[in-house]
Amino acid sequence: MNTQQHTVSRRDFIRISAFAGGGLVLGFNLFSSCSPQQGEGVIYDLNAFVKIDTNGAITLMNPNPEIGQGVKTALPMLVAEELDVDWKAVKVEQAGLDTEKYRRQIAGGSGSIRDSWESFRKAGATARQMLINAAAATWGVAPESCTTEKGQVVHADSGKKLGYGKLVEQAATMEVPADAAVKSITSFAIIGQWIPNVDNRAIVTGQYKYGIDTKREGMKYAALVRPPAFGQTLKSYDDTEAMQQQGVEKVLRIDNKIAVLGRSTWEVMQGAKKIKAEWEDGPTMESTADYLRNFRETVAKRPAGNPQRKDGDVQRAYQSGGTKVFEAVYEAPFLAHNTMEPMNFFADVRADGVELYGPIQTPERTRTTVAKLVDMPEEKVTVMMTRMGGGFGRRLMSDFVEEATLVSKAAGVPVNLIWSREDDMGGGYYRPMCTYRYKAAVDADGRLTAWQHQSVGTTGSPARAGSFPAGAVPNLQVDAQEYKTPVTTAPWRGPIHNFIAFSEQSFFDEVAHAVGKDPVAFRLEVLDQAKQQPTGELEYDPDRFAGVIKKAAEMAGWGASKGPNIFQGIAAQYSFNSYVAQVAEVEKRDDGKLKIKKIYCAVDCGIVVNKSGAENVVEGGIIDGIGHAMYPELTLTRGKPDQVNFNTYRMIRMAEVPEIDIQFIENDIAPTGLGEPGLPPAGPAVANAAFAATGVRLRTQPFIKSGLFA
Amino acid sequence: MATLKLTVNRKEYEVDADPQMPLLWVLRDFIGLTGTKFGCGIAQCGACTVHVGDAAVRSCSIPVESVVNQPITTIEGLSDDGSHPVQQAWETIDVPQCGYCQAGQIMTAVALLKQNPNPTDEDINASMTNICRCGTYNRIKKAIRLAAEEV
Repeated sequence: MNTQQHTVSRRDFIRISAFAGGGLVLGFNLFSSCSPQQGEGVIYDLNAFVKIDTNGAITLMNPNPEIGQGVKTALPMLVAEELDVDWKAVKVEQAGLDTEKYRRQIAGGSGSIRDSWESFRKAGATARQMLINAAAATWGVAPESCTTEKGQVVHADSGKKLGYGKLVEQAATMEVPADAAVKSITSFAIIGQWIPNVDNRAIVTGQYKYGIDTKREGMKYAALVRPPAFGQTLKSYDDTEAMQQQGVEKVLRIDNKIAVLGRSTWEVMQGAKKIKAEWEDGPTMESTADYLRNFRETVAKRPAGNPQRKDGDVQRAYQSGGTKVFEAVYEAPFLAHNTMEPMNFFADVRADGVELYGPIQTPERTRTTVAKLVDMPEEKVTVMMTRMGGGFGRRLMSDFVEEATLVSKAAGVPVNLIWSREDDMGGGYYRPMCTYRYKAAVDADGRLTAWQHQSVGTTGSPARAGSFPAGAVPNLQVDAQEYKTPVTTAPWRGPIHNFIAFSEQSFFDEVAHAVGKDPVAFRLEVLDQAKQQPTGELEYDPDRFAGVIKKAAEMAGWGASKGPNIFQGIAAQYSFNSYVAQVAEVEKRDDGKLKIKKIYCAVDCGIVVNKSGAENVVEGGIIDGIGHAMYPELTLTRGKPDQVNFNTYRMIRMAEVPEIDIQFIENDIAPTGLGEPGLPPAGPAVANAAFAATGVRLRTQPFIKSGLFA
Repeated sequence: MATLKLTVNRKEYEVDADPQMPLLWVLRDFIGLTGTKFGCGIAQCGACTVHVGDAAVRSCSIPVESVVNQPITTIEGLSDDGSHPVQQAWETIDVPQCGYCQAGQIMTAVALLKQNPNPTDEDINASMTNICRCGTYNRIKKAIRLAAEEV
């Protein structure tokens, strides 16, 4: 397991006086259930996560970037649980980048809850203990004789009670206890509940300000003209017409790009369209058709050597008497992230520092990059993260922040740099394009004896060496190689998993059908092999893996007939320390076309922190997985993206979404990743159901090109 | 450049803008109503949906001059406090993930329910063609059904 747990150091609990750090903030009584007090209160920071106003209002800080995965609700829930407060009375605020205070501030790798589970609860428990100690000192009783109850300290023997607001001033002067105890799992009152997103009201009323909504005094909007094809460089440009565009105030060359600044977004975008630029081709102006051919040739050859993983000897297993050998090639296209909020960022570069404000998944790394870019020390660069209109990995990159920084620096004004959809979809950092060849052997007794993965793609390694069925098969070999291209790629929700689950889980299904085994039973059989006789390193827990497969099969009524036109397929994937299995149900209509009717999904992610958020993000992952397996692909012709908006790049919409039933396995295991694991099994579950219905094996995405679907 | 009179959320505005500028950008950059979102600029995603009269329109693709003197409603004008039944349903069902597309989804849903207070699932699918990249479609449908009971 890769789960990292930080122990809480005393450094995390440096007390901040009322007028430093959190500062004096005007108090206002929004919180009917807090002891109502008129007038202004003073806010104290009991630690980096907990601010309590002397008027009783409690504010919890969310340090991590919110991209829609739900951390702005779930992380403060961890603190609130241990602080022992009424969730409905708590206000949540987004913290800016401050790694001295918060250490890990990133939205990526489905890691926020995994990483914070211990430390955030400890922070809540420590603040609670300080409030207890303050009350005990006030009353002259032993702290052990006091307890807490929804925002107040209670001394049962005397019947005395004091709200946190009344205690906070004194609590802030108390010694920070190093050993505050956290609750036992069975006494959770907030964790495990169905809690709505804390920003809902602001979202449904249109009041929430996303990065793209940022407007400041003296700020200019900026649009950039970028090379239309990967590998091109700017030769020259003519901005005469652009400068005539109403609202355009300035045109600037920024390295290989041209910036257009002005008073409104639309006018600078119009101006950008009117720039006449000449571009020079690079040495390689390739098309995706070239890659596809090249990749197929590459995987048809023997691997180059240096396998990523080698257990036993696959070649010998293939030649063993009575063994059946199977082989297939799978392909994944480039995909754009397509966050609904296009890339944008506010930057204000001044002589004394840089202010950055906007949607970014990696604020810390971005600060480092920008500090280098403007040649200033990091402490001169401030970063505030806005709630993001989607991330999906695209905002792990900081190219658009660097652009905004350079434009602000060159123009000498604060800017909000906004990408058009065409900029966004055509701008690279795609899900890598990959080709995989699989080979497997089943011996005369029906045992999976060999498994071979050979891949090539536009990424460092398109393989995951420990992915199922690795560890369960006596002979296994994984070879992967990178194909270098000027097309930029990036992590895309469930990196590698998002496609490798499709190829592995589909090929596994192929093998099961080819040897006449039930796909669920065969998976369980191989997982039992991993449990009884593991080979090499085993990344996953075979029992938990089998648990979700059995659960999904049970939910779906696997094996029982649901009518002559209903067919099912199963897929399961272990990712980010979580286990997800899905059964897809398709209906064969009278015209022979398939319609995806329902997904049954079982998840084992340990303890579920927020029931609503967890279900929402898994459901979204399933729809994302189906949508991207079914409909779009991003192709390039001589380095130029062929699809740059939603009229040619098809996204899943409501009418295509199946019914979805999700169940979580209940256990006491510390929470594992959830933002991404829902996605990988969805595509292969659909492909396997399509095979069950039609006998046609889908080995290339998008599936819609197969003609099987309505 | 022309001075255009607009009625947005029952308030009068005079804006100096290119008559061809899409309504979306006048709302966002000139009037300061940023609840209406930019998603694609070609009327494909629906993030920019507002009402002109009772009809849902994609404001990124209509020139501002075409809506002069017509009542325009944006997400900010739906209610003062989030009390519109559709907004309430969105909160009850806990629809949003990233939340960016939801203003457009809500405006589309409100227009649908005005026209058809008891929509079938097919009616909902046919009207709700907005893109939600996070995949909140099933919760959106649930919220519309809930709001239909309330409206």
